[in-house]
Amino acid sequence: MHAVSEVQQSTPELELIAVGKTFESRAGSTVALTDINLSLAREEFVALVGQSGCGKTTLLRILAGLERPTAGEVRTAGRSLWDGATRDRETLAKLGLVFQDPNLFPWYSIEDNIALPLKLRGIDKSSRLARARELCESVGLAGFERAYPRELSGGMRQRAAIARALSYRPEILLMDEPFGALDALTRDKMNLELQAIAAASRATVVLVTHAINEAVFLADRVVLLSPRPGRIRSITEVAFARPRRLDLETQPEFQDIVRELRHQLDEEQ
Amino acid sequence: MDRDRLLKMLPWISTPLLLILIVGAWKLSTTWFEISRFVLPPPEDVAVTLAELMRDPEVWLVHARITLLETVVGFGFALVTGVLAGAVLGRVFWLERAVRPVVVALQVIPKVALIPLFVIWFGFGMTSKIVIAAILAFFPIMLNVLLGVRSVERGHREVMRSLDASRWQTFQSLDFHSTLPYVFAGMEVGIVFALIGAIVGEYLGGNEGLGYMVVVSLNALDAPQLFAVIILLAALGSILFFAVHAVKRLMIPWHDSVIESSIS
Repeated sequence: MHAVSEVQQSTPELELIAVGKTFESRAGSTVALTDINLSLAREEFVALVGQSGCGKTTLLRILAGLERPTAGEVRTAGRSLWDGATRDRETLAKLGLVFQDPNLFPWYSIEDNIALPLKLRGIDKSSRLARARELCESVGLAGFERAYPRELSGGMRQRAAIARALSYRPEILLMDEPFGALDALTRDKMNLELQAIAAASRATVVLVTHAINEAVFLADRVVLLSPRPGRIRSITEVAFARPRRLDLETQPEFQDIVRELRHQLDEEQ
Repeated sequence: MDRDRLLKMLPWISTPLLLILIVGAWKLSTTWFEISRFVLPPPEDVAVTLAELMRDPEVWLVHARITLLETVVGFGFALVTGVLAGAVLGRVFWLERAVRPVVVALQVIPKVALIPLFVIWFGFGMTSKIVIAAILAFFPIMLNVLLGVRSVERGHREVMRSLDASRWQTFQSLDFHSTLPYVFAGMEVGIVFALIGAIVGEYLGGNEGLGYMVVVSLNALDAPQLFAVIILLAALGSILFFAVHAVKRLMIPWHDSVIESSIS
């Protein structure tokens, strides 16, 4: 978890080298991201924050291989994610992605949704369902294995989406505002669970969020992005011991960090 | 809670009531207004004729069977070609653009006007009716599938893409399931259209089928039989529609249209 000091010695788990993204359209070109340099150590938890339109989602999509950078390179454990226009399959297999929407398939039961990545990997039905049930248990969906997504609440659907991303034990978990659509209370609860899940799965996590306190609560480092063009404005280390509890948010040290980040965000307007 | 249950039961109560009301009004109008029996026979006459028809093996083994066969075979052709054409046109954008004006033109032609032509081309037998049934059922199926193929959710596609799924895997887990509700929407309209095609085809040519029986009853000014055959046709249409609907419930139990429909 606190492997930041090791970054210099070993190969970073996830590395962005001078990454840039320019969108071309008939109206002209828009620079969404420019010169993003960032290294993540194994099992590190990094949050990307910034105003809407700062390119944080684009950056995550680049990390996930859904968007191709127009400049620079993305590497995981030293391997480049993109080779020309094709994605490195071995690298992709190590990534788990959770979207803003749960994006569950309505025709599959919860367990089938969670087991989908395993099905695509050709794992036989009984072992993939066993894994799905085990995950249902660990994300608090026990008893809902056979339910359809439409029968679940928003928070439960997002848990299922997280379980789906965890099903194949990805080394890197990428999350794009996974709890953005949830109410504040559910969100707090989900953040606590996310912390536990991240620790248990020993995954390296990149979380995109616009909620500063959520970022500070969860992350080892908070990366603040500035808009137009999207670039890294600051990187803040958050050294609170884990597991963190919700009352951490009432501590002055916590609030100082949040205040400083909020100040930086406000300066941009 | 109770209101919901009442709302669910409502059609089961209201439908028999409405039927009784209609038959009652029918009966009353025949006795009070002295409407000619050739125009509106009393319901009991129709019931007697209907019972006779239903006891007559020729009605089942020849006429009903022929109409059913024409409808189902025509619908089958429409289903296969409609799904294929819809899927191809949905995926190949330039092709869809190229043929769109022709498709629209074909669609707006009142296709029943073409029936005499099919009778000339395919004869007075079952073939011409099958062709008509197939053509009528083809368009709703094809158009629905075309729409369905294009309506796959972007987010779902990205899930498959982020999981590095192959094209075939994406089809199996995503496109197929996502398009199925549209296929069934097309089928529900298509089966009714196929029956219409078969009946109108029988009106215009041939000497078999329930549509032919309608024409015979009309020529004989046998109003009770005319009504009875119409009732048989209505029953046939309902059975076919609910058969498709039942398959739909079986195949896509997860879909809104299945969960929200309280009929059958």
